[in-house]
Order: sequence, then structure tokens, then C-alpha cells
Amino acid sequence: MQLHVSTGDGLPIYLQIANQVKYLVASGRLAPGDEIPPIRVLAHQLLVNPNTVARAYLELEREGVVQKRHGSGTYISDAGSPLARKERLKILSERIDALLAEARHLQVEPLELLRVIKERSQTIQPKENK
Amino acid sequence: MNPSDTLKAVEIAGLSRRFGAKLALNQVSLQAARGRVFGLVGANGAGKTTLIKHLIGRLKAQSGSVRVFGFDPVADPVAVLSRIGYLSENRDLPAWMRVDELLRYTEAFYPGWDRAYAGQLREQFGLDPRAKIKTLSRGENAKAGLLIALAYRPELLLLDEPSSGLDPVVRRDILEAIIRTVADEGRTVFFSSHLLEEVDRVADDLAMIDNGRIVLAGALNEVKENHHRLVLRFDSPQSSAPKVAGILSLTGGGQEWTAICNGKLEEVVAAAARAGGRVVAEGSPSLDEIFVAWAGAKPV
Repeated sequence: MQLHVSTGDGLPIYLQIANQVKYLVASGRLAPGDEIPPIRVLAHQLLVNPNTVARAYLELEREGVVQKRHGSGTYISDAGSPLARKERLKILSERIDALLAEARHLQVEPLELLRVIKERSQTIQPKENK
Repeated sequence: MNPSDTLKAVEIAGLSRRFGAKLALNQVSLQAARGRVFGLVGANGAGKTTLIKHLIGRLKAQSGSVRVFGFDPVADPVAVLSRIGYLSENRDLPAWMRVDELLRYTEAFYPGWDRAYAGQLREQFGLDPRAKIKTLSRGENAKAGLLIALAYRPELLLLDEPSSGLDPVVRRDILEAIIRTVADEGRTVFFSSHLLEEVDRVADDLAMIDNGRIVLAGALNEVKENHHRLVLRFDSPQSSAPKVAGILSLTGGGQEWTAICNGKLEEVVAAAARAGGRVVAEGSPSLDEIFVAWAGAKPV
């Protein structure tokens, strides 16, 4: 599991970690049942406070993305991320805004952009649900 | 109650300190909880070192009180210093000693000295035991100072600008030491820095000091979550920063201004609307932006 934290970012580091784990699950790079590193190990790897990693894991557990198993470790849940739809859309809208701005700059109309998104979606589809 | 039973590693209340005409510390109050990493942030000359010197009893409080694990560092130096591993800003190690001599010399002061751990740190830091302190590079000097602060496993690791002027590799060693101190042993770390990037990585709590005054203190996550960056657009160009209640700093010019604010977002947005500005972008400011906004803000 390769994560990267950025300190120039205003987003608290625990949220950066939690969001990246969610992203890895959503993109299939972490599968249900996969173990994620112990808190201390990830803290050393990312060079961040272990309390911060603990907070990220707690957040992920609360949202049902991961599960703790007694005396062993922390694993990606079978249920996947039951993150509220509103929350998921909120994460996306920021990126969509940036994309729309870029498209406008490059003189690509929103409708054309939508067509490209559909095309790309079909291209990457087969890689899911391996 | 035994003073050392307190849950606070550090408690400072109403501390002021004057050097001649300069008020170096102005009514400083802060608390650092056990088992957490506390970052003291401020520009050079803001009062960080003066504050830390009060924690080790090198300066006596002119007014207010200072407690470390419940003890007064001036009245009870043994109780305090035996619990603190301290790395000073200018390291001040005896230049004529060799590294191995420094270790033996320091060991004599601390019953809790862990010789195996000291040896392990020395190898990890790549310090030659036969090298004279005065021949060490700046980075090696810092690592030697850090080694003797860590090797008796103090309850409180106190670091004054630990990575100031050091290269990224040595800074990484220092950050790792801080992380290991809290991760593996549940001890407390109190460090000062003007590098907000470091504070962002390792601190649980922080206080920002500016001109001897604490301008902001709290849990790092809460501080970051409570601050917002808004870009305001006005219908006509503004010749000077528009007055908007609840905003810490406003920079920009013409029709667009960037505001850093904290607290209730809706109230600031409403105040901005009354001043004729609407929010065109919203984001989370970095710790740097928050600090600059507070350092520039005038006391109310």
C-alpha cells in the first residue's frame, strides 16, 4: 500500500490517509480481506505522528471501509465503502470543478467533455471486478 | 497528590518575561498533554527559546507559573531535569570530547541511561565513536545531541528548533526519533520549530507564538478544520482591503481578494455579502497560510 501525504495541503493528514485508502479500495488496488499495515509501520513509512494514523484508521473503521480483527490486524471490509452518496459526490465535485475549468480553458464544451468521460469510462471498465 | 501524577507534561499559566524594554513573553498560557507531540510554532525571535528555557529552569518566571510534570523547574530542578531529554538550539556539546567520551560522561548523570540503546542509536546515526565533537559536521553534531537526549528514555523529549539549518536526511532522522518516542514508548515530545511542514507531520497539538504572545493554540486537526480560505469577488475593484467581520487576513487587489478566516463559515459569508463580496472559491488553507494570517492579525 503506497500512500503519500502532502503538508502543503490544508487537508488534515489523517483525512489524506483515509481518502487515499478509500481511493485504493474504489479503484480495486485494495480488495476486501486485504490487510493494511499496522499503525506504527505506516507512521514510520509516511513519517507522520502515529496518533494521526490511528485517527485515520478509526475514521475508516467508523465508515465501514476497514475492520479490526481481534489480536491480528486491520483489514479491508467485505462490504466495501458504504460512504454516504452525498459525501462521495462532494469528494468528486472538487475534481469536476477543476476539470471544467481546464476544459473551458482548452475550449472544450461541457457536452463534449461528457462524451469523453463516457468514452474513458468504457475504456477502463474491463479492469474492474477482476 | 504527588506532583508527577498530573496528566499534563507541561503547564504554563500567565507567563511574562521582560528583557530590558522588550517584552519577550506576554501572558503566555499553554498546556502539553502526556503521550502527545506538542509543536511550538513561531518566527525567529518570537519567544520560543525563551519559553523553553523556562521549562528547564534556566530562566525563572518573572510573573505567572511554569510546571513540568507538576514540578516547578526552578524550585525542583532535579525532579524536572531527570525527566527531560533536552536538545538546545545551539547544541553546546563539549568540543574537546570524543563521541564515546561524551556518551560515558553523560551516562554518569542518568541512572536510567540505556547503554544498549545508546549504542544502537550511535550506529543508526552513523557517528564514529572516536571522532572529536569539534570535528563533527553540523548534522552529526545535532545527531550526537539528540542521542544523549534520547538514551535515558526521558518522559519528556524537549527539542528547541531541532532541525534548524540541517539537511533533509538529518531532519528525517530527527522526525523519526520524535515519532519513535511517542509510537513505541508513549512518551511526550515538546518541540519548537519555524518549519510548519514538520509541525504538520508530527504534532498532535500546537501553539503559535508571535511577538511573545500565543495567538493560536489547539489540536492540529481542529485548527486545520476550523480555518477556511475563501476567494471573494466584488462587483467593482476595491482600492483597499474591504472590511469584513470574522476574517483574519485579506490579501489581493481589484475585484478578487483571498480571505483566511476561522469559526462559523456561514457568518463570514454573510458578512462578506453585506460588504458586497461573493464567494467564488472555497478551500482549506495550509498551516503556513493560517500562521501568516494570525501573525498579521491584530489583537482584539
